[in-house]
Amino acid sequence: MTTPTAEPVFDELTRQRAKEIIARYPQSRSALLPMLHLVQSVQGYVSQDGIRFCAEQLDLTTAEVSAVVTFYTMYKRRPSGEHLVSVCTNTLCAALGGDAIYQSLRERLGSEGRPLGHEQTVGEPGSSGSITLEHVECLAACDLAPVLQVNYEYFDRQSVESAGELVDALRRGEKPRPTRGAPLTDWRTVERELAGFFDDLPAAVEGPSAAEETLRGTRLAERNGWAAPAMPEHVELPALPEKK
Amino acid sequence: MTVTQDVKDAKAVKADQKPVPEGHVRLTIDDIEVDAPKGEILIRTCERLGIAIPRFCDHPLLEPAGACRQCLVEVELGGRAMPKPQASCTMTVADGMVVRTQHTSAVADKAQQGVMELLLINHPLDCPICDKGGECPLQNQALSNGRTDSRFIDRKRTFPKPLPISTQILLDRERCVLCQRCTRFSDQIAGDPFIELLERGAEQQVGVAQDKPFQSYFSGNTIQICPVGALTSTAYRFRSRPFDLVSTPSVCEHCASGCAQRADTRRGEVQRRLAGNDASVNEEWNCDKGRFAFRYLTSKRRILRPLVRGADGQLVEASWTDALRAAASGLLAAKEGSDAETRRGIGVLAGGRLTVEDAYAYAKFARVAAGTNDVDFRARPLGGTSGGAEELAFLAAHVVGIAPDTGGLSYRDLEAAQTVLCVALDPEEESPIVFLRLRKAARAGRTTVLHLGQWTTPSVAKTQATLIPAAPGSEPAVLAELDPAVLDTLRENAVILVGERAAEVPGLYSRVSTLALTTGARIGWVPRRAGDRGALDAGAVPTLLPGGRPVADADARAEVERAWGLRPGGLPTQPGRDTEQLLAAAAAGELAALVVGGVDPYDLADPEAALHGLRAAGFVVSLELHASAVTELADVVLPVAPDINRSGSYLNWEGRRREFDITLTAPGMLPDCRVLDTLAAEMDLDLGTQSVAMAAAELAALTARRSVGADYCRTSHSRNPLAPEAPRALLATWRRLIDESSLAVDEPHLAGTARAPYVLCNPSTAAKLGLTEGQLTTVATERGALTLPMRLADLPDGVVWLPANSPGSRVRASLGVGHGALVTVTPGGNS
Amino acid sequence: MTEATLTPVLTRSWTSARSWSQDTYERLGGYQALRAVLRGADGPVQPDRLIQLVKDSGLRGRGGAGFPTGLKWSFIPQGTTGAAAKPHYLVLNADEGEPGTCKDIPLMMADPHSLVEGCVITSYAIRANYCAIYVRGEALHCIRRVQHAVNEAYAAGYLGKNILGSGFDLDIVVHAGAGAYICGEETALLDSLEGRRGQPRLKPPFPATAGLYGAPTVVNNVETIASVPAIVRGGSEWFRAMGTAKSPGPKIYSLSGHVELPGQYEAPLGITLRELLVMAGGMKDGIPLKFWTPGGSSTPLFTAEHLDVPLDFEGAAAAGSMLGTTAIMLFNETVSVPWAVMKWTEFYKHESCGKCTPCREGCYWLLEILRRMVAGEGTESDIETMLDVCDNILGRSFCALGDGAVSPIASGIQYFRQEFLDLCKTQAGTGPAARADLVGAQA
Ligand SMILES: Cc1cc2nc3c(=O)[nH]c(=O)nc-3n(C[C@H](O)[C@H](O)[C@H](O)COP(=O)(O)O)c2cc1C
Ligand code: SF4
Ligand code: FES
Repeated sequence: MTTPTAEPVFDELTRQRAKEIIARYPQSRSALLPMLHLVQSVQGYVSQDGIRFCAEQLDLTTAEVSAVVTFYTMYKRRPSGEHLVSVCTNTLCAALGGDAIYQSLRERLGSEGRPLGHEQTVGEPGSSGSITLEHVECLAACDLAPVLQVNYEYFDRQSVESAGELVDALRRGEKPRPTRGAPLTDWRTVERELAGFFDDLPAAVEGPSAAEETLRGTRLAERNGWAAPAMPEHVELPALPEKK
Repeated sequence: MTVTQDVKDAKAVKADQKPVPEGHVRLTIDDIEVDAPKGEILIRTCERLGIAIPRFCDHPLLEPAGACRQCLVEVELGGRAMPKPQASCTMTVADGMVVRTQHTSAVADKAQQGVMELLLINHPLDCPICDKGGECPLQNQALSNGRTDSRFIDRKRTFPKPLPISTQILLDRERCVLCQRCTRFSDQIAGDPFIELLERGAEQQVGVAQDKPFQSYFSGNTIQICPVGALTSTAYRFRSRPFDLVSTPSVCEHCASGCAQRADTRRGEVQRRLAGNDASVNEEWNCDKGRFAFRYLTSKRRILRPLVRGADGQLVEASWTDALRAAASGLLAAKEGSDAETRRGIGVLAGGRLTVEDAYAYAKFARVAAGTNDVDFRARPLGGTSGGAEELAFLAAHVVGIAPDTGGLSYRDLEAAQTVLCVALDPEEESPIVFLRLRKAARAGRTTVLHLGQWTTPSVAKTQATLIPAAPGSEPAVLAELDPAVLDTLRENAVILVGERAAEVPGLYSRVSTLALTTGARIGWVPRRAGDRGALDAGAVPTLLPGGRPVADADARAEVERAWGLRPGGLPTQPGRDTEQLLAAAAAGELAALVVGGVDPYDLADPEAALHGLRAAGFVVSLELHASAVTELADVVLPVAPDINRSGSYLNWEGRRREFDITLTAPGMLPDCRVLDTLAAEMDLDLGTQSVAMAAAELAALTARRSVGADYCRTSHSRNPLAPEAPRALLATWRRLIDESSLAVDEPHLAGTARAPYVLCNPSTAAKLGLTEGQLTTVATERGALTLPMRLADLPDGVVWLPANSPGSRVRASLGVGHGALVTVTPGGNS
Repeated sequence: MTEATLTPVLTRSWTSARSWSQDTYERLGGYQALRAVLRGADGPVQPDRLIQLVKDSGLRGRGGAGFPTGLKWSFIPQGTTGAAAKPHYLVLNADEGEPGTCKDIPLMMADPHSLVEGCVITSYAIRANYCAIYVRGEALHCIRRVQHAVNEAYAAGYLGKNILGSGFDLDIVVHAGAGAYICGEETALLDSLEGRRGQPRLKPPFPATAGLYGAPTVVNNVETIASVPAIVRGGSEWFRAMGTAKSPGPKIYSLSGHVELPGQYEAPLGITLRELLVMAGGMKDGIPLKFWTPGGSSTPLFTAEHLDVPLDFEGAAAAGSMLGTTAIMLFNETVSVPWAVMKWTEFYKHESCGKCTPCREGCYWLLEILRRMVAGEGTESDIETMLDVCDNILGRSFCALGDGAVSPIASGIQYFRQEFLDLCKTQAGTGPAARADLVGAQA
């Protein structure tokens, strides 16, 4: 027996994409995480319709899908802004200024003397220049601390000032270049990429990747002529050990 | 003696102990040496030794989780101490293992106290107002294995409470210890993952989806296995303290599964019911109907005093003496007017909710007091002219007299079967514990379930069954043409479970019988009501005397005559008529009186015809719990005791005898067998069923005859109905577990968890009939119409399904037809 | 002792232009190992010989626990009956989330093909025809780069059906996570990959026998698998020429925090922080080192006393910590230890999956106490309570996250108890204000 379908909310293309996601995996349920990213790319958050959509496609109960949605921090339960600004406030970034950056952004994006809260949005969700602000745990860019991400693109070595300018530009509808990664789009677009659908992957992978910090060791080795031992010309794989 | 033997013996002697039994390991727990079966979970081995290890998430019938960490013990394996304490609920025993529990290990003791302290930091400690207080594992184990004080002085996590997660179940998240028993039960056992863990970390909580409550037939079990007071029922919340309750073991009266249960009473009233523990039947579970549907006991419609219809046509309360005298004289008059030719005598409709002892009394009353075999317990559609007889032949051949202890099919056999084919049976709706067992077997990967039916019901899906689709009425034809591969699976360790609904499809019982005989598959008959199977064996049927003795068999009759102290030839020889035939006879003015024991005309194939029959019968005696349509037409109404006020026994579908004792004494509440005995006495006869014990003893003396298992029926009516043309469709229908059942009255919280009624059909049929999903649809016959929203399901073309007796969908009452009938289906209508 | 040097193996190509492209990768010798494996003189090599090679090399898992990689592969049941008959899976743990850890993400950004080549060789060795790379969702550009590398590899015949004519088939799916540190724990990762809440599973059964979809599965870290092509090309002796006997090979050390030149430094296992600090230009602005983590926040803190601890699995353990992910976070004397510990505890509380009592409730409680302490409301007995709660979590929780959560607290108190005492309100007046110079002390 089927429940009323979420047809009107999710169009044929989305349904088609859901099928493609399912086809990537040996078992359909594995598609749930990417499908929830897909739902966010369509709706800007995971709505009840989105939950029902996934449940229907994967033959799960809505409780099972809700259990998954609420476990992961990247699934937003309220409509999000055009951009998602994520400030790392884990210890190392915090000590190097991350806490201060987050506080300053809260105030800068807040209104009427009320700082913007975690996962709150300034501007009409989804409209140009709207921003959802969040503090996040370690973004695995500690050598570039303090860092923040806009739509999961890295903005490295930030300061209160640079971060302030960044969000101001976003509010104005501009799309500043991330330090690393592809040019900024918007959060829904990258959510679609997380679901595995890219507009032009060969173009998107171009662009700066390794920060100077990433390359420090290698450059230092190059400068000093340090290297790993040379590999032998020819190596044989070991024979199989005698079977006991 | 061989050398190797010597060596072995030497070893044994050296160890100075008995050899480890086959398939066992030897380990030491708290310095006690113990042998345990391989693979046993450590915490169970400890239990067997009488060592109680505190635990929350562990439950013997759920897969291990190891989540609460309350059961930590110290373990040494292969002579090496494991660096961390181990969860005894997830670790299996091993040879040479040395285990130290809190009794002999300071580390284990501290670990347990530490976990307990952590569990309590966010607990509200509201035991004085908690339903679980007094029977709470958290409370008990905090006393036995916790610290005396908590060092937690900070802010507790709070949640709004209680959160209704269904109309029946309330959730108090503050009390929850997140052991996941409820979620694991719902997922693993019931197959209803409608409650889940939500959120993460310290915010993790149990909850439901926003759009779907915890609507499971088994939801009440979660209350019972919750080790704290986080889950409570609307019905019981704040009603009592456990130490004020008197608990009495009993047996569920609702269906033929035969669950052991416990009734907790206080001040003469049942406060709640719990699942009893019976490993060979219901394990530790029951269904919500069994747990919650007991308010019928206190219903306003209960009949507590005898009633006699006066000259003015009004029923008035009367004394037992007067009422019995009135009944006796009416029946005697009817009996006098009877003669073999016209068969204008007394008919006995016994109903399916009788205990074995009561059914026996009806069976004997018919033969001895009414002098007829016109007795039938079957209060349900019988399939018209031939259906009733076909079923009786089938039951005589395959069912009567068998029980697990005499080699009959059992729950255990279901679990061990390779293949189980369900025919005319939706186990979850009709016998929930059979369903749980099939699901368990299927999940274990042992058993393949096949399901001959109309659509992939939740039962089918949750037992991972393969649906063998059949249009209603074509079931025998489909069985006759089973795929050879399927047929092969029935040849080895297979079971065919057939439901009572088979009677509604002429030829189906015969086909099942043939199939079983050709494949060697075993047969299980799963009727719906608790009394059905017992009534069959007690002889409350037109063709069989008690103990499965055929009426037509002179030797069999002679045995019964001797046992009953009748003169030879004292028993009527002519086989009796079934429920439908009796009512038809009454309608035709051919029956002088009816004795009706708890039969609801609306449960019958044609309620209007049945009422007509009752109206036309000269004299009607009704034995009842509640006022019903029969009451309105009865001349004498005699109240009978509900199970709670009496003792007795049921035979469950297996044929297993389930005895129960009086839970609450209620003066003046008499069991049917006693009422009938007294009535017989008024008629100057001795029925010998004064007490339940007497009835039971007499029946026991009539040792049951085993069914013969013969292929009794070679003519198989098979029709393969054509898909009808729109707007006509074939009706498929059967009852749901939680519906308008008369014993589920006055329990709105339970009713709130019922599955919503719908008209179901497949998309192409919907298109042909012009129906759209979700919209109102009208199903009609000349008799009447039903209007419900439509939903799509995988039914055969041209078939619609309706729940048979749900709110807004009382099929027989409204349409006068049932399974297999032609109906007219049109879009729209008023619900 | 000779002067410590760096030994770039994994990081060697990173400075090349478009290092992430297949062109560059192949120009620098990429996919030669795969060719050697699948197109040897006598046809494809026997997979077990690859397992033996990795065993011989002594490669130990780079995800934190240091489990011998070859041994892990050899646990995969081989044959045609029972568990072995099920499909085998390779799952790449690219969920890098351990605070301080930032090596896998640069690797996947700069050189995704080494990972892809490693995946193909490993899958071949363990007879897997399906491989999932589970990348942390926030690492979006890595996902693009890895997906692109996978696409390129398909196009070049390194993936898909009948790879390089060997008859070996392999599909790789790149799977984005959704924000949960616990999904780095290998069994939680498997549940997450199956579309569930990422909560760890009971072990046994271990993934090797019942992993993804209940089938035999190898879970390895990105750096581990990216090392495989080099080992195939260089051989085990070459690999063992770096590092120590028990911890052979090169390792990417990530230096971050109050250091002059933070970044990635690939050195032989066993190098010391003193040596690394020289390369990284010393402490930032010359402010002295106060405490550091050898391998992420889950490894107990070290102090300036530990500058000469050999940073290999044995050395770090002998000194009372763990090597972890070689994520060296350095904090100078301006940082308050109780504050840092509180921040980390916020992390663990946020990331605890909630499954088991000690971690779920313990982190909650510890954070309550630490917040109070940092706010100047703590008492001396809070310190003892915290240590006891840590003791009740360590080794009592379901998975190692709980153990990790107590590391900063227990080691922080061990080395800096006075700083906690200084914050207590029993020292009224001299409390928090006394150390207002420290970062976070005024929080
Ligand atoms: C809480 C927790 C988080 C972990 N996170 C990661 C991670 O992000 N990446 C990783 O490779 N291993 C992580 N691990 C270790 C994995 O469980 C596992 O040991 C590792 O992936 C095995 O790969 P290796 O043998 O190649 O190191 C984590 C472990 C725990 C307990
Ligand atoms: S230690 Fe327990 S609560 Fe914490 S992450 Fe592991 S299983 Fe989850
Ligand atoms: S009872 Fe063992 S961990 Fe819960």
